Amino acid sequence: MSEAAPLLEMRGIVKSFPGVQALRGVDLSLHTGEVLALLGENGAGKSTLIKVLGGAHRADEGAIQIDGRETPFHSPQDSRRAGVAVIYQEFNLVPGLTAVENIFLGQEVTHAGFIAQKQERQRAAEIFKRLGVEMDLDAPCRLLTTAQQQLVEIAKALAFDARIIVMDEPSAALTSHEVGRLFEIIRDLKRQGIGIIYISHRLEEVFTIADRVTVLRDGRNVGELPIAQITRNQMIEMMVGRELKDEFPARQSNIGAARLEVSGLKRGRAVRDVSFTVRRGEILALTGLVGAGRTETVRLIFGADPREAGEIRLDGKLLALRSPRDAIAAGVGLLTEDRKLQGLVLGHSVRENFGLPNLTWLSRGGFVDILREREEFGRYVEQLKIKVPGQEQRAGNLSGGNQQKVVLAKWLARNCDVLIFDEPTRGIDVGAKYEIYLLMNELAAAGKAIIMISSELPEVLGMADRILVMHDGRVTGEIADAHRATQEEVMQLAVA
Amino acid sequence: MRNSRFLADYGMVFVLLLLCAYFSVVTYKEQFPTGESAVEQVVASIHEQAGKTLRVLVITGVQPGDTEFADKLARDLAASGAQVLGVAKGEPKDARELLKIAASGGKVDAIATTQTASEWVLFSDMNEDFPSLGAPRLITPHSYRWPNFLKSENLLNIANQIAIIAIIAIGMTMVIVTGGIDLSVGSLIALSSVLATRFIRDYAGGTLASPGGMVLACLTAVLLCGVVGAFTGTMVTRFDIPPFIVTLSMMLVGGGEAYSWAKGESIYQIPDSFIWLGRGADLLHLPNAVVLMLVLYVLAHVLMSRTKLGRYLYAVGGNREAARLSGVPVRRVIVFAYVASAILAGVGGVIMASQLKSGSSTYGKMYELYVIAAVVVGGTSLSGGEGKIFGTLIGAFTIAVIQNGMNLTGVNAENQLKVLGFVILGAVLLDKIRRKETSFTRHE
Repeated sequence: MSEAAPLLEMRGIVKSFPGVQALRGVDLSLHTGEVLALLGENGAGKSTLIKVLGGAHRADEGAIQIDGRETPFHSPQDSRRAGVAVIYQEFNLVPGLTAVENIFLGQEVTHAGFIAQKQERQRAAEIFKRLGVEMDLDAPCRLLTTAQQQLVEIAKALAFDARIIVMDEPSAALTSHEVGRLFEIIRDLKRQGIGIIYISHRLEEVFTIADRVTVLRDGRNVGELPIAQITRNQMIEMMVGRELKDEFPARQSNIGAARLEVSGLKRGRAVRDVSFTVRRGEILALTGLVGAGRTETVRLIFGADPREAGEIRLDGKLLALRSPRDAIAAGVGLLTEDRKLQGLVLGHSVRENFGLPNLTWLSRGGFVDILREREEFGRYVEQLKIKVPGQEQRAGNLSGGNQQKVVLAKWLARNCDVLIFDEPTRGIDVGAKYEIYLLMNELAAAGKAIIMISSELPEVLGMADRILVMHDGRVTGEIADAHRATQEEVMQLAVA
Repeated sequence: MRNSRFLADYGMVFVLLLLCAYFSVVTYKEQFPTGESAVEQVVASIHEQAGKTLRVLVITGVQPGDTEFADKLARDLAASGAQVLGVAKGEPKDARELLKIAASGGKVDAIATTQTASEWVLFSDMNEDFPSLGAPRLITPHSYRWPNFLKSENLLNIANQIAIIAIIAIGMTMVIVTGGIDLSVGSLIALSSVLATRFIRDYAGGTLASPGGMVLACLTAVLLCGVVGAFTGTMVTRFDIPPFIVTLSMMLVGGGEAYSWAKGESIYQIPDSFIWLGRGADLLHLPNAVVLMLVLYVLAHVLMSRTKLGRYLYAVGGNREAARLSGVPVRRVIVFAYVASAILAGVGGVIMASQLKSGSSTYGKMYELYVIAAVVVGGTSLSGGEGKIFGTLIGAFTIAVIQNGMNLTGVNAENQLKVLGFVILGAVLLDKIRRKETSFTRHE
């Protein structure tokens, strides 16, 4: 470690926001050809740290050195000039532009003021060749899959010869097959001397890909170790600051009569013909590769998209759902996969977000009973241990885990008979995950029917009573006894 | 935190107060009252200073309020036992005539006059020119110093001038909070004024129309505007056409409709009593339009902050998809906003017709821009989901105060436009800056 100066050295980084001190003096170093895993719970300061590195936030205090030389990081331009590329969880791609146009956005190759399209195309093709992937260079990015969009982001970094690439939860939206390919690419980048900072909540991945681990908690460093010297449990303990027992809480299933029955659901190519039943007290996992039609299926059940065919019955009664409003009135709730775009009104207070689906019973004669709303929400804040400074806090200011808890609170208060969780623990730290699992178990125990969509196989196996695997808009397999299933078994069905 | 939050919520109030303070200082002038209390005071001082016979003349110029002042003074003096020998209201030469006549009749104890008239050269030469008057005293009301801006007539004037814009801005705030925009309100003012006056002229009996008939005519006009709003809302929600485009079309269609209903002329065959809404002042001397405005603001505030519908308006603008997936009837909420905006524009048109005692297709030109400016200056975000009803009222008043203040200080019309333009820009800039300071984005 004491050879030449490290590629990147961040020292004593401090960053505060009004009311929150996000970073309280964080150190981080990265060497050429190294993969550094940056770990920590939500709210630990990882995102802030990489935003400082990306020039999106300016540090209040601290210094950043590249190759031992002090370098300013005051703007994204500074960061790019220093050879840093940050691939954020929400990609920075313009949906209407092609891969080539996105790659060279802001770094266009020009001749006399005109874009040298041929040259750009050629260079883009070279980069994708170097990455060992095939890419449609002319399709607008919105038509690419998530994995492909990620590759465009990586290509964008390589196009300006980035020496440091930061990846924030790169695997979150990928299927395990795609994650494998991503790792191959990362190893390849390593060999080319590029330093990589890898942020992930999936610890298995960290063991597979990282050389070294840096753990943050509450805006401070709590540990830095080579991967060979740390165990999974140590990592979790460092992150949460306490010992962890099981990842999935134990549960006694008590499954009753059929609650929700869907048959012949159909919508375009995404949902071709889906039928299944969920029973009282049952947790049904809906899994499969991204794009298999899982989310699309539950959106039909929730009335969020119009269905072309199919019947939905709740407790034997046929439902005529035409909108989410109808579904909610009938007793169906959906916790969407994307909290920021679909789950919350980020600019509004957490209390108002909580109230949104509940105003029908929290208001009288059109007037909202705000006192009662406060009281109800207060109960859930306590029960779910939501960390908020107050009920008037903007939802956008919370960490992912707390945002998810607010979404949970809003649906729990609605007291639905059927609750659909779409990727309930995506981007959420270990501690909060456990609490959400506990809650799902409680709901099932109370006789609700629960549908859980998840791409994380350990979660599917750990939580579900029964597993449905989807592929290409159809249910391709059912595993009736989830507790005895293996990841391989599920994967076999998913890729079928 | 708390302090900056307070500033963020009420920053515009401070700006408004600052503007008021500024215009008060620059319009601080000597005031020469001619009101009721001035009359009483003059009567009292005449009784105090003059002898028992009390032979009095009343002389005033032709300043606004002078005639009333002279008449009232003459009446009150007579009632208090004084002998009013004559009254002159007009030019100095009229006063000279009166003095000539009075001089032939003997001594005069006092001349009650206004401050401006008392400075006429006529009076400084009076004792030489008319010695037979016996050097009567000039009695004027006490002058005092007070800002022209803060005179109650001026303040009411501001409120009355802005009432129409402020009322329409309520609906505009709702539309903008849902993330939309309504460019059609200016044309709806014209349409509503034309429809209301035509209904009165053609169906309610013209200049002999009964109050009931007029009310019915106005309500029909306003409701027809509401139908236009419902159409707009439907196009926006069912067919997903951007509000800018739909309301731009409605602006043109509405303007054309107004023109054809008016047949290109102004409609004035309506009763005199029609001006009650626009120019009357029944409650505490407040103009009726201002009272209506205040009532509507209170109602709108309650709607926006206390009701389910209000919460839905904000939610739809803050995140339409999240709102829909939370069971909010998104389409109905948006249609409501456009209907409210159109109905309030219709109300604005009726008030304008009442103020001007006529209906014309030329009314309301450019009003949509002033209304939008009021909403934006009031702190409502054009991207939706944020904004307060009373902020809009403050915004409307800020614009009115700036216009009024510039009128009082003699700024010409073209410079007023420039100032107003930069004020709107400045207000939004201020808003952006404080938002950057007080809010912070996701930190993890």
